[in-house]
Amino acid sequence: MGHGNYEDAKRAVWVGCGVLGAVTLIEVAVSLFQKGHIIGGMEDLSWVTYGAALIIAILSAYKAYYIIYNFMHMAHEVPGLRMSVLLPTALLIWGMIAFFQEGNAWGERREVIKERNKVESDKAIKPLGMLLHKELIKSDK
Amino acid sequence: MAHDTAVHEDVHGHGHEESTKELWSGGKQPFKISYGKLMMWYFLLSDAFTFAGFLIAYGALRFSSPSWPVPDFVFSTAPFGIHHAPLIFVTFMSFLLIISSVTMVRAVQEGARENQKGVVFWMFLTVVGGAGFLGCQAWEWTNLIYKECMSVTRNPFGTHTEKGVYLNADGSRSAAEDDLFKPGIGYLIHHAHVDDHGGDHGHHDEGHELTAEEKFLADANSIVSASIAGNKIDMANLPEAGVDFPGFRLNNEGFIERKFVTEAGETGAQTYGPKAFGALFFFITGFHGFHVLSGVVFLIIIMLNAGSGLYAARKNGYEMVEKIGLYWHFVDLVWVFVFLVFYLL
Repeated sequence: MGHGNYEDAKRAVWVGCGVLGAVTLIEVAVSLFQKGHIIGGMEDLSWVTYGAALIIAILSAYKAYYIIYNFMHMAHEVPGLRMSVLLPTALLIWGMIAFFQEGNAWGERREVIKERNKVESDKAIKPLGMLLHKELIKSDK
Repeated sequence: MAHDTAVHEDVHGHGHEESTKELWSGGKQPFKISYGKLMMWYFLLSDAFTFAGFLIAYGALRFSSPSWPVPDFVFSTAPFGIHHAPLIFVTFMSFLLIISSVTMVRAVQEGARENQKGVVFWMFLTVVGGAGFLGCQAWEWTNLIYKECMSVTRNPFGTHTEKGVYLNADGSRSAAEDDLFKPGIGYLIHHAHVDDHGGDHGHHDEGHELTAEEKFLADANSIVSASIAGNKIDMANLPEAGVDFPGFRLNNEGFIERKFVTEAGETGAQTYGPKAFGALFFFITGFHGFHVLSGVVFLIIIMLNAGSGLYAARKNGYEMVEKIGLYWHFVDLVWVFVFLVFYLL
């Protein structure tokens, strides 16, 4: 607070309201376009699906930036505070990449796992493991 | 000191020594922000990680699943009998939160000017916005739970993975245009309506022509009712494998799973969608809703305190209002991502 005069600050708030509202409406329009509600057939094109998803994600990130920097006044805080809050969230980018890739791998292995589950175990093969006790191997026979 | 000359030459170094002494003597705020606001920021940071964990789990499960409920199909109803209006109701909910965030900024601004009446007025509008959002969420949940029969362990929203055409209730191939489907088209499995009241509750409004799906459901429901009347099936005690009918299957929970023929000529039947969807939806939107609820409670408490003149006496620019303001904007911020993940993508 105390940045610029009161009238300017008041106007900035309503500008912010307009920006967030407009971005939300654009997001919904892009999403409906992606699902083929505005022009039929768009839902079948994979580049539309991915392109629209990318646009929506970027617009959401912009909304997040706008709320944090203007509404929560992060823009007026000292760099140390800004970095101590924002840098840790950068870890989440790696979290997203890692877990989505992992999820994708589960999806791809679904059929393989179903097949493997049907395979009868071969009792002639004993499990080889340093930590396995001899008793366990015996009881497996 | 060993580096005497160096210290004397370096004016900044000398100044630093002094200010360190001052910092350790207390009374200074690190990051030039009050303790309460700083801790609110770090609480919100930790909360952001909690939400991120949930949303990343949603993403990982969605990526791992061959099909996933289509959001514009799942979330296409609104109050006052509005159907087939994809995303409209949740967009309205988003606007409620955005506007309540804006009124919160105004309350903080009035607080900085020590304007007691202004603070109470704008905080009151914020409370109205938050309560409105909660009301909308209550309607959305009620609709999903009681009308569409979704629960934490059951997800009646499925998605087709092949091209095909539905069968009529009597087992013949449907000729209706609406009964053709292609991969990615969603469907909702309905519970059989055979209760004493004989009504099928609000599946269609009176006066308009039945859609192909409504026609099928009406036929299927009367076939099931006839079987019950003839003592062939007992709805309270259905077999584990369900009951087979020419055009549909009645599963062991009493849901009508419509049969179809794929382009390859294979006969199949609708099945439940990925089970995780229900649990993820209720848990994540519920956790966000709980944040909104607790936010509204704290807003009311702080609004009453402001109105009583407590903060005016403190003369600290209504710092409590700033703190609840940070929290409230965070709730709006989380909704941006819940909205993105559950409804837009």
